Amino acid sequence: MATKLAESERSEPRRRSLDSVVIRFAGDSGDGMQLTGTQFTQITALMGNDIATFPDFPAEIRAPAGTTFGVSAFQINFASYDIMTPGDAPDVLVAMNPAALKVHLKDVPKGGTVVCNAGAFNERNLQKAGYKANPLEDNTLSDYRVIAVDMSKLTLKAVEPLGLNQRDGLRCKNVWALGLMLWMYGRDREPAVKWIRGRFTKEPKIAEANIAALNAGHAYGETAELSGSMAAFEVPKAKSVPGVYRAVTGTEAIAWGLVVGAKKAGLKLFLGSYPITPASALLHTLANLKPYGVTTFQAEDEISAVCSAIGASYAGQLGITSSSGPGVALKTEALGLAFATELPLIVVNNQRGGPSTGLPTKTEQSDLYQAVFGRNADTPLPVVATCTAGDCFYTAIEAVRLAVKYMTPVILLTDGYLANAAEPWLIPNVDDIPDFPVKFRTDPEGFHPYLRDEKTLARNWAIPGTPGLMHRIGGIEKDYDTGHISYEADNHHRMTKVRAEKVANIANDIPLQTVAHGAERGKLAVVGWGSTFGAINQAVRRSREKGLDVSHIHIRHIFPLPKNLGQMLKGYDKVLVPEMNNGQLVTLLRATYLVNAESMTQISGQPYKVSDLEEAIRTRVEK
Amino acid sequence: MNVETPTAKLTPNDYASDQELRWCPGCGDYAIIKGVHKALADLQLPLEKTVFISGIGCAARFPYYMATYGFHTIHGRAPAIATGTKLANPELDIWVVMGDGDCLSIGGNHTLHAIRRNVDLQLLMFNNEIYGLTKGQYSPTSKVGTRSPSTPQGSIDSPVNACVFALGAGARFVARTVDTNLKHLPEVLKAAHAHKGASFVEILQNCIVYNDGVFNDVTDKAVAADRQIMVEHGKPLVFGKDGKKGLRLKPGLFELEVVTIGENGVTEKDILVHDQKNKILATMLASMEDAPFPVAMGVLYCNPAEISYEAAVWKQNAEIAAKAGEVDLNKMLRRGNTWTAT
Repeated sequence: MATKLAESERSEPRRRSLDSVVIRFAGDSGDGMQLTGTQFTQITALMGNDIATFPDFPAEIRAPAGTTFGVSAFQINFASYDIMTPGDAPDVLVAMNPAALKVHLKDVPKGGTVVCNAGAFNERNLQKAGYKANPLEDNTLSDYRVIAVDMSKLTLKAVEPLGLNQRDGLRCKNVWALGLMLWMYGRDREPAVKWIRGRFTKEPKIAEANIAALNAGHAYGETAELSGSMAAFEVPKAKSVPGVYRAVTGTEAIAWGLVVGAKKAGLKLFLGSYPITPASALLHTLANLKPYGVTTFQAEDEISAVCSAIGASYAGQLGITSSSGPGVALKTEALGLAFATELPLIVVNNQRGGPSTGLPTKTEQSDLYQAVFGRNADTPLPVVATCTAGDCFYTAIEAVRLAVKYMTPVILLTDGYLANAAEPWLIPNVDDIPDFPVKFRTDPEGFHPYLRDEKTLARNWAIPGTPGLMHRIGGIEKDYDTGHISYEADNHHRMTKVRAEKVANIANDIPLQTVAHGAERGKLAVVGWGSTFGAINQAVRRSREKGLDVSHIHIRHIFPLPKNLGQMLKGYDKVLVPEMNNGQLVTLLRATYLVNAESMTQISGQPYKVSDLEEAIRTRVEK
Repeated sequence: MNVETPTAKLTPNDYASDQELRWCPGCGDYAIIKGVHKALADLQLPLEKTVFISGIGCAARFPYYMATYGFHTIHGRAPAIATGTKLANPELDIWVVMGDGDCLSIGGNHTLHAIRRNVDLQLLMFNNEIYGLTKGQYSPTSKVGTRSPSTPQGSIDSPVNACVFALGAGARFVARTVDTNLKHLPEVLKAAHAHKGASFVEILQNCIVYNDGVFNDVTDKAVAADRQIMVEHGKPLVFGKDGKKGLRLKPGLFELEVVTIGENGVTEKDILVHDQKNKILATMLASMEDAPFPVAMGVLYCNPAEISYEAAVWKQNAEIAAKAGEVDLNKMLRRGNTWTAT
């Protein structure tokens, strides 16, 4: 292997240097596009480029082969500078079949590169994709640079010596495509080889076949066929803050943040969860972190998931439940119980397109209303939202801190895009993150279960098993002074107020709102939350480079809002609130601050394009 | 933590909280709580390690009247909450108190799963065949034809037999008793407590306001001997005033029949002997509802599993932790591919 790589280095073609590239891998949902994309990402991150990715896959596990609705795609943007989004449009589209070309070609700007597996462009697949004629043979692709290769045939040829049957052989074609793309952008093959061997330890023949396909794809690029008009490229390393990095997805970062948060609180972590797309990945990730004081429980339903977490918190662990909007809806009554009994709880909502089943595999940020308002009675809960894959780590820790300090459920909003997107992450030193240890009540003197801390208004936390502190809690209203059941009118008024005040006071314990980019006053503030951070930030940067007076404000603490936000918004002539929903944060801002904020909506299940936001900024500032 | 060593023996009254009981006068719950206090005192269970968890309903007020730890939760969810509590701290001794609507209607799913997982909980279902706290609607255990505010012409749907349901869910311990039988009830509760795993106990409970006398045909002193059979492991399945009635397999068929010893050539040898590890027998006993069959009381089934759910979870977690050795959060974050920027 080592000799082979050395040879390829010797025959290194002249490479054209690029600042950034966007590649989209697209194929059947059974073609392994997500794996191909993830591998390309890992290797690219290891080579020191900045990266941002966007996996986009159908809701069906295996939609009928060759159909347009079964197309799965993975987009990666990598660059020699700091990037924030997976890119608006692909420079290169790798289409493994006609359906993939049909779905994604419209996104490729003219002059872009289209790499097709010509072997899949047979009559049957063309028909399934809705092509009357073969686009590789007519003028459909005349505006693009086309590399049409029969990857199927070349893959089969490469794996032939290993004696695989046709079906298993063909399954290696995504790795062939990966090999070609690795060559095209001058990436190392070694990590891919390592990964293949790790993945197929029990099937060495399959491993060797995949490696053969990878090498064949790479060699195809290297041998004369692609030189000439199709030069190879290189994307130099990005300059980044010194330190140790890794690629991280939002799901991993949330899992690690919760584990670290629990450790900082001195608690064991209990996750009660029920499978739901796209939130299940958090359950899977935490299920592999049991040595870190983690217990995971796959409950019989969403209600049991949250209730078991409440039961665990009651017993003195950090109860966590995770789901997506429809699942969180089912948990609502239990959230009221956790709020009323003032137990810590983290609810991770990995938002997806809705309502109802909606677009389960697509991203949306339409559960803000649900998070802030979606419960019966006066039940305010702190709500925090993540903005990048790496930020998920810190926001998860913040959620834990608030939950245990204020004895309250906290809603942690993330979304399908962040959950799956990968980016390079400067790995922090856990020891630098401050501890916030929980102190359970043990002193029976003067104890009652709703005795409050004067400053935080949090009740004292006494757990079953503690001698002398036996007490009863429940959802029924309790007396402010004794904790016993109380139906007294004045007492209920007082308890409702103190519960609300406790949560509202959190505004004094969170960072003041800052401007993410730009000035503290000006013509236009673009206010965002959640995963639109990257796209808005980039759009504002580009607009300011063009001389436009625009600033970016990103809100992490959705409820309670930072206490200086209202004043800050008044410093701008206009406020624009782009959201991947039908206008939710904008309502909260208008209602809270009587500010004339304008809503901008995109509810397509896709992240914002930077160019669309730039255009929106331009029209508001230039007017 | 200051650990108190109890010097004096706890009496049944020591398990009662200082809160005044607020069930309707004459409610079966008064008898049940008395039986519970007695069972706990007999076992000398430490107050601080005992937890009562309930859902919503008349029965669900139970924790407030206990001097132990208590959690009054939401309708139907007590088994789910108790599962989380037990998983978080297996040393706690957890009693789940449910009504029939709570346990088998809104919370039926959680009951099913707490049972089939075999979480070490005592699951007590107070069955009064009616919704009391919401003022008398028929429940999932109400007999067909029950007239109630929501079924003024009589209910149509078939009721569920709680013990048969529990057996079907895979319960390893199923028992039945009656609220006012204060000799029997504490013994059944103690047997439930002794069983490590999910222990399901159905307690027939009279609702004096909305369903008064619904069990009279089984519990009335005049008929009790003929309409109840007190099952005991290893003892013949006999009942009746003079103990001459018994249960046997109908010759040539796989079903029970009521026979009288000394009649039609039936001798004591023909009578089945109760085997609490025999699930098929337990299911046949649990299914008996209508005369001439008696309703089976006592431990119908007790066949402990090797390990209860929460113990197995802790065991697995400990094994994984031991395999992983000393863990370090900084190492966790650096597992897999990393690179250094300079």
